[in-house]
Amino acid sequence: MLEYLADGLVYKLIGIQPGTRLGDTVHFFLYDTAKIFLLLIAIIFVVAVIRSFFPPERARKLLGHRREYAGNFLAAMLGIVTPFCSCSAVPMFIGFIESGLPLGVTFSFLISSPAVNEVALVMLWGLFGWKIALLYTATGIAVAFFGGIIIGKLKLENQVEDYVYQIKMGECEIVVPTWKERIENAWGYTKDILKKVWIFVIVGIGFGALVHGYVPIDFVLKYAGPGNPFAVIVAVLLGVPLYSNAAGTIPIVQALVGKGLPMGTALAFMMSIVAISAPEIIILRNVIKPKLLAVFVGIVAVAIIIVGYLFNAIL
Amino acid sequence: MKIQILGSGCQNCMKLAKNAEEAAKAKGTECEVIKITDIKEIMSYGVMQTPAIVIDGKVKSVGRVLSVEEIKKIL
Repeated sequence: MLEYLADGLVYKLIGIQPGTRLGDTVHFFLYDTAKIFLLLIAIIFVVAVIRSFFPPERARKLLGHRREYAGNFLAAMLGIVTPFCSCSAVPMFIGFIESGLPLGVTFSFLISSPAVNEVALVMLWGLFGWKIALLYTATGIAVAFFGGIIIGKLKLENQVEDYVYQIKMGECEIVVPTWKERIENAWGYTKDILKKVWIFVIVGIGFGALVHGYVPIDFVLKYAGPGNPFAVIVAVLLGVPLYSNAAGTIPIVQALVGKGLPMGTALAFMMSIVAISAPEIIILRNVIKPKLLAVFVGIVAVAIIIVGYLFNAIL
Repeated sequence: MKIQILGSGCQNCMKLAKNAEEAAKAKGTECEVIKITDIKEIMSYGVMQTPAIVIDGKVKSVGRVLSVEEIKKIL
């Protein structure tokens, strides 16, 4: 139905010819922007309500009494509904460790939390379809699961800054919100996120629209397609220091895919941008010594690279 | 009334502090707004998600930037 409205707006009202570059670009822009914003509002709100049932204190309790692998899996799953403001990384890390959660389980959480978030999922669903969104989620969880397990096995507990083990965390009374409060908070949160990302969505889709309309088909295919075996590695290495939110990058990547970027490379690129970022690394340095930090970044990067090659081969 | 804003200095924490100051001014009551950035102190309140706002020693909100209106309601 949105498509029909977009058609009417662009082709009849504004009068641009369908099939022309300008027509394609504008249509893509209007249609996708509207679709994305509607999805964003709906999904962020729903996830925020779900999240009100899983405050970090409860997450800690849920994760506390599991055996090794179950804990990693649960942590990776919980990362989906928990928001990840980089500045919360340190308190959350300390909170989990202080309550006795194994290092590996904490890392499973740290990996999946920024990578699998509802904004990224909405963008992926809106621009690539639900199958790709699901694939991204499953892969994100897998990377978080295995990454956490490997880090756990490496026994790097001594690589956590000493003071973390000495912190005594206060008891915060867990306030159970009423349904009215859940909805009000969720709506407030949704508005907050929208206020933060709307400009990125517009710029990202705008840029993507330009690529969509004006970059020759297969242009990307020439440089980053199957003919270039290093494309995945380059993409992931590029993504690690980049700090962007999903809202801005995914539309651009989608346009590139339309011009020949293989899906595996695209997924790897998107995941590496959100899973690890320069600010997050800097902030984590407050609680983790350099060796563990390097291991963390290295393992996640390698895992994502494997994902990229795997899906290039399968898809 | 003692208002403490817990946060390590990112944008959200500063915004919450600003909103808190505005709300305190609007309310007119004697309010002291203090920013707490030391991680050990933040953890002592049992807070895991910053930004958080503590009023007279009790944690009132965690993980969100409250608007001036919302803060006025809690004061």
